[in-house]
Amino acid sequence: MTNENKNHEKFLHEENKIREVKAPDGSIIKVDPLNDYFLDDRPEIKKPKTNKIVEKFLNWSRAESLWVLGFGTGCGSIEIPPLMTPRFDAFRFGVAMRPTPRQSNVFIISGYLAVKTLKRVIRSYEQMQGPKYVLALGSCTINGGMYWDSYNTINRLDHFIPVDVYVAGCMPRPEALLAGFMKLKERIKAGRGEGANEYAEKFDWYKANQKKIINDWNMPDYNW
Amino acid sequence: MSATMRKIGARVAGRYGIPFYQPWINIIKLYSLRDSITHGVMFYLGPIFRVSGGVGIFLFMPLIFASQHFSNFSFAGDLVLIMYFQFFGMLGMALGAGEGGHPHSAIGISRGLSQFTTIEVPMTLAVISIAIQYNTLSISEIVAAQQGGILHWTLFTNPFATVAAMLSLLGAFGHSPFNLVKAPNEIPIGPPTEYHSSFLGVLRTNAAILHVIEAVLFMNLFFGGAGNWFELIVKSFFIYFWSVFVGIVFPRFRIEQSVQWFLKIPLLLGVIAIIIFM
Repeated sequence: MTNENKNHEKFLHEENKIREVKAPDGSIIKVDPLNDYFLDDRPEIKKPKTNKIVEKFLNWSRAESLWVLGFGTGCGSIEIPPLMTPRFDAFRFGVAMRPTPRQSNVFIISGYLAVKTLKRVIRSYEQMQGPKYVLALGSCTINGGMYWDSYNTINRLDHFIPVDVYVAGCMPRPEALLAGFMKLKERIKAGRGEGANEYAEKFDWYKANQKKIINDWNMPDYNW
Repeated sequence: MSATMRKIGARVAGRYGIPFYQPWINIIKLYSLRDSITHGVMFYLGPIFRVSGGVGIFLFMPLIFASQHFSNFSFAGDLVLIMYFQFFGMLGMALGAGEGGHPHSAIGISRGLSQFTTIEVPMTLAVISIAIQYNTLSISEIVAAQQGGILHWTLFTNPFATVAAMLSLLGAFGHSPFNLVKAPNEIPIGPPTEYHSSFLGVLRTNAAILHVIEAVLFMNLFFGGAGNWFELIVKSFFIYFWSVFVGIVFPRFRIEQSVQWFLKIPLLLGVIAIIIFM
């Protein structure tokens, strides 16, 4: 990690730079915030329970209680408020919005992803607690959609974070999003919602892709 | 009980709302998450303090009047102990959430503690008034003193204390007018911002226990207690429904509004209740 940081040192914020601090007793202490304040361990693969019946039950509970991170990344986020209000009422299916990444399990990437947003998306995704799922909304996440030759958006989302379900369309209506949720539930119940483990397994590949796009990388390699 | 609240709220808004078993699935899911990171020792102990506060109240609360088993560990001074346990969980939670280090937690804690302190004032005044009225600090004896017909209930013998306590109950349940501390769309979710997976599962479990037991406490103190399980369920549900009803009708207060609100009418009623029985 230290090697990586050297390349990106010029982008570090002032409070994250290596500096010397004077302690109350007069001694000088060297502070390296990225190494001292953040845990820089790589993510681990957390295997499912070996007992199939238990794992099936746990997967059922995970599928029936999907907590979505309230983070709208593109124009698709406008489809999420109607999803929760009387007309579509996604609460019926155990879908609820959570305001913090720590408590949520589903990340809806709603539409195009600007490079600047991608950095925040990666950070939020890594802070979510596994098993976690990604639902990609709109054609922009599949091949870039109408932004495919834009200088500032990414084209394929699954090069950067593992995606569970794609909902195609520009824009998909809330019905399509609900269908996407149903598909995600099937996937989780079948035990195939292992995006977090996939991310941990192919961590180097994902990181290399992310760093290729994000030039001003100024955060730890993995945000716990 | 929280599912009832959400369901009624949804029907009022014209939605179907969550299934009634959704909170249980949520709790199972929270316990079944594979990752959980910690920020230190107090971060672990916060939810444990909170749940021990809830279970502590449960252990010392007489549920059924004159029943040998369901008086639990009720003893001569249990009213004081239960009032203490109510605050104990809040303090443990504050320490734990503080160690999470998130600025939202710190703001949430300061809001939560200041609101809860003002809730406690009228509630404590009402409880002291009852203690003077019945000349005891034992919940079982207070229930015993209310037997013999509906007009013997504290509701009719000491209406000022009842009203003061029922108003502060709205704050203790934390539903709509006073749900600023933990509302998901305020500064994200307040004190438990950093809590996740099984930590949050413990907090959710405690919330479920606490709602039931607070309703039972008020039933014992003001509504004549319960002679059997059916009476217990009906009475505590209606006490809970009181806060649901108010929550659906009235929008959310800001923190300074709710603090001022508790220090006006409920406080005045509490003081009157004390003066009457001096």
